Order: sequence, then structure tokens, then C-alpha cells
Amino acid sequence: MVKFLPLKQAVAENLHNGDSVAFEGFTHLIPTAAAHEAIRQGFRDLTLIRMTPDLIYDQMIGMGMARKIIFSYVGNPGVGLLRRARDAIENGFPRSIEIEEHSHAGMANAYEAGAAGLPCAVFRGYRGAGLAAVNPNIKSVTCPFTGEVLAAVPSIRPDVTFIHAQKADRKGNVLVEGIVGIQKEAVLAARRAVVTVEEVVDNFDDLHPNLTVLPRWTIAAISVVPGGSHPSYAHGYYARDNAAYLEWDEIAADREKFQAWMQANVIEKSADDFAARVEHLRKAA
Amino acid sequence: MSDNPDFTPNEMMTIAASRALRNDDVCFVGIGAPSAACNVARLTHAPDITLIYESGTIGTAPDVLPLSIGDGELCETAVTTVAVPEMFRYWLQGGRISIGFLGAAQLDKFGNINTTVIGDYFHPKTRLPGGGGAPEIATSSKEIYITMAQTRRGMVEKIDFFTSFGHGEGGDHRKRLGIDTAGPTLLITDLAIWKPDPATKEFTVVSLHPGVTRQQVQETCGWIVKFAEALDETPAPSELELTTLRDLQARTKAAHEGSGKAKAA
Repeated sequence: MVKFLPLKQAVAENLHNGDSVAFEGFTHLIPTAAAHEAIRQGFRDLTLIRMTPDLIYDQMIGMGMARKIIFSYVGNPGVGLLRRARDAIENGFPRSIEIEEHSHAGMANAYEAGAAGLPCAVFRGYRGAGLAAVNPNIKSVTCPFTGEVLAAVPSIRPDVTFIHAQKADRKGNVLVEGIVGIQKEAVLAARRAVVTVEEVVDNFDDLHPNLTVLPRWTIAAISVVPGGSHPSYAHGYYARDNAAYLEWDEIAADREKFQAWMQANVIEKSADDFAARVEHLRKAA
Repeated sequence: MSDNPDFTPNEMMTIAASRALRNDDVCFVGIGAPSAACNVARLTHAPDITLIYESGTIGTAPDVLPLSIGDGELCETAVTTVAVPEMFRYWLQGGRISIGFLGAAQLDKFGNINTTVIGDYFHPKTRLPGGGGAPEIATSSKEIYITMAQTRRGMVEKIDFFTSFGHGEGGDHRKRLGIDTAGPTLLITDLAIWKPDPATKEFTVVSLHPGVTRQQVQETCGWIVKFAEALDETPAPSELELTTLRDLQARTKAAHEGSGKAKAA
């Protein structure tokens, strides 16, 4: 059953060295505060899973925490490349990492299969695509009814998934709205799930009945971290800090500049520092 | 806004690309140049075009160009926003997309695209972001439009990695792989409009932008360029097209640089 915990404790209780872990969020609601807490606690040998590993995986890879990444787009969306991830892939710095690369369709189907308790996902994909030749986890199956050859990938079943969401009610049910991405599937595919939220409200009585709500019994721990998605955004709370994404390109381009930034902005900070970072991004009431 | 009749090659590219889109198209929009072209189309001759970004936003109408495929305004202005698996399964794989609009880091003459690596996949010289949604956009959309500025590094005889399949080695290669969609049918660069040869599927220049010479097209392309026998000249941007594009880009620049300023809801 879900527990409300300070983020430090929620991360310590649910993440371990060597885990496969998804910090999901499709541009929106990226769980930055949870990732920074994981960085402060210094986990090692993680398998990082995410469709769009952006700044937070660039940071975790740059800090030497990842043994392997499973992904479908290793870029800074709209800006360009992820320079710490590139340094690891191209130069083995600060350590070499294994990569398992898919398309978005492949990853999305694999998460959905994980949530559905299936061993693999089947879909029409990777036709003529070079990834099928370099990723041994991309195979094919033949439809027993039509004979059509379809792509198959193993389902994704993370040890733990972290997401950020708008709000929880007092019982620990969680609401995700706006660009909902892959978060519901990533939570239901995982053995454990930890959710950071902008706020806790009394109840969800006034919500539209079809909104994406994760019942409290699907979640291990909830931590209240206002601004916890920055520089990503929380629909209805604050806007995306596009300038920060542009600035990251320069910070991550240099190994020493990156280390200094991490020290000042992650290692020496805490989850409580996120609220102030989004103050100027909150919408006028 | 502007009464300057001059225009840049990039503006010509975006506007020529926007003209290819129809009011009843359902367009899966790649970020960057495709996104600008699709929104110029929506703001000029195709007000009812359905623009879809892979973050799950369907029928979106942003006031500024999104920096990422998942900017908040895409969701706020969309007809509906669906989860990512639904996006790829029902809407793309389900055959609902008429045009997939892609950019490219590397392109060959058969419309095959590389956005994955420069050099060897396992020991890359440059690791690029990868395919994202493109490998399946390229095969599940009914047609593919591609837009990119011409350079010899970008338009190459042989791409380093097949991120997204175009016409493969040409001819009926798609059909032989069981792909039943049309694939790349249009390439719009900053210098010209290209269409695939009906038989070989090699991209052929069918229209030069105003003032552009054949030599310029060849000098900025890494393969031997074929030109159609009847070569058209692309009509210059109209005042409305140019103003629409420049206003959109000015709004976008202001929004992204001053990202602290959230727009009033």
C-alpha cells in the first residue's frame, strides 16, 4: 500500500544498485527531482530505461551511474544531442555503457506489453530499419492467421519506475493529465513505482471520470515535490523552461563544466529547492 | 509586417513545403523544419489540417513553434491528447496518417534517412539522437514528405545507417519488404523541389526555386543529380506566406528565449 514519504526516503527504499529503472515522462512531467535524489544517493550499475532520455539521463550517465541504457531517442528535444551520453557511447567516459536502442513504437509497445503482463510486444514496425540488424532484441513473428510478418520485442518490466504527476488525493490515488505519455504503462509494468506530485488534495470527487488516475494500490511511495519536474513542466502548474534546455547544451559540452554544475545544482541541493526554480514559470492566475 | 520582397533560401524551403499540404491532410509532424512548414500551411491555405505530434497531441494549433514535440501548448490547443502507445498503435499503425513529414541529418537519393550515427553503429564517430518515432512513421504513413537544407554532408551517396526506410535500393524495394505505403513522394530543399522517378524511385529535381541554378543544386548534393526534362520554377513566396512565416518565427523566438514568461492562459 502506498506510503507518503520524503523523497530522500522514497528513493532509498525503492532504488538499489544494479536495478533496472525507468524515470519516465514524455517531454512533460519528467521526474527530475527523483532523478537528482538518485544522483545524490550515488547508485551504481543501473539499467536506465526511457523512451526519450533527456537531461536527467545525460546527468546520470555523466555521473557514471549507468551500466546500460534502453532508449528510443537519445537527444535534447528540439535542441540537439546529449553530450554526456555521447561521451559515454563514443569515448567510454566516464565509463563505457551498453546500449539497447529501439524506435518509439517499439518502446511504447514494450511498456504496454509489460503493463499487460505479456512476455513480448507484437507490432508492425522496424521494416527496412537498420536497428533490427544491430539490436538482437528486435525479432519477428508470423501472424498465425494472416501470415504477415510482424516485429516482436521483449516487454519492459522495470524493477522500479519513477514518474512525476500533478496531484495525489489524501489516500494516495494519483492524477496525471495533459500529455500523459507513457507513464501509466511504465508504472503498471514495474515491480514498484514511486510518484512525486505537485500537491496533495483532499479528494478527486470533482474530476472527470475518464481522467488518468493511478489507484493508490499501484504505487509504493508518493513524495510531494512542488516544481519537481523542472526544467520540464507540469500542465496546469508551470511552463517548460525551454531556456534551461538550451543552456544545458553548453553545460554538458564540457566535462569540467558539467561536474561543477552538478555539484552546485544537484549534489549540494535538495528536493526542497525545486519549488523556487519554477516560480517564474507559473502561469498568471 | 514586412514589405521586404526578398526572402532567404530557408524561407523559400519552408513555404514550398507548406504548399504541398492540403486542408484535409492528417499530418504526423517532425520537429524542426517540418513543424514550421506544417504550421505555415495551417495559418495560410490549410486552416483545417490535422497536425499530430508524437507526444500524442492530435489536431493541435500552436501559436508558436514548439521547441520539443511535447511543449504544453500542443496539448492545450489539441482536439485531443492520447497516450503514446495509443498514438503509435491506433493512429499511426492503424493507417490514419496521410502525410508523415520528416527532416533528416543524412539522406540518400532514394529517400532513406539516417538520424542515428555518423560512422560505425558500434563505434560511432558521432552519435546522433536516433530515430524516435521516425522508423514507423516512414513505413506506416500513406506518404512521406522530407525537408532539409542541402549540403554535401547531408545529401550523400550512401548513408551510414538506415534509421528510416525510404525506397531502399530503389524500384520496388518497399514492396519486396512487405511495406505497402508509398514512402517518400516529395523532397523540398532550400534550392529545389524533388520527386521520385516513377520507376527507379530516385529523387529527381522537378522545380528550381527562383534564382537557383542547376549547378548550385549539384554543388550542394553528394550524388549526381537528375533533373526533369520539363523543369519548373517554384513560385516565389507571396507576401502573406512570408509574413505568416516571419511572424510565427518571431513569436517563437520571443517565447523560447524568454521562457520564463509563461503566456497568459
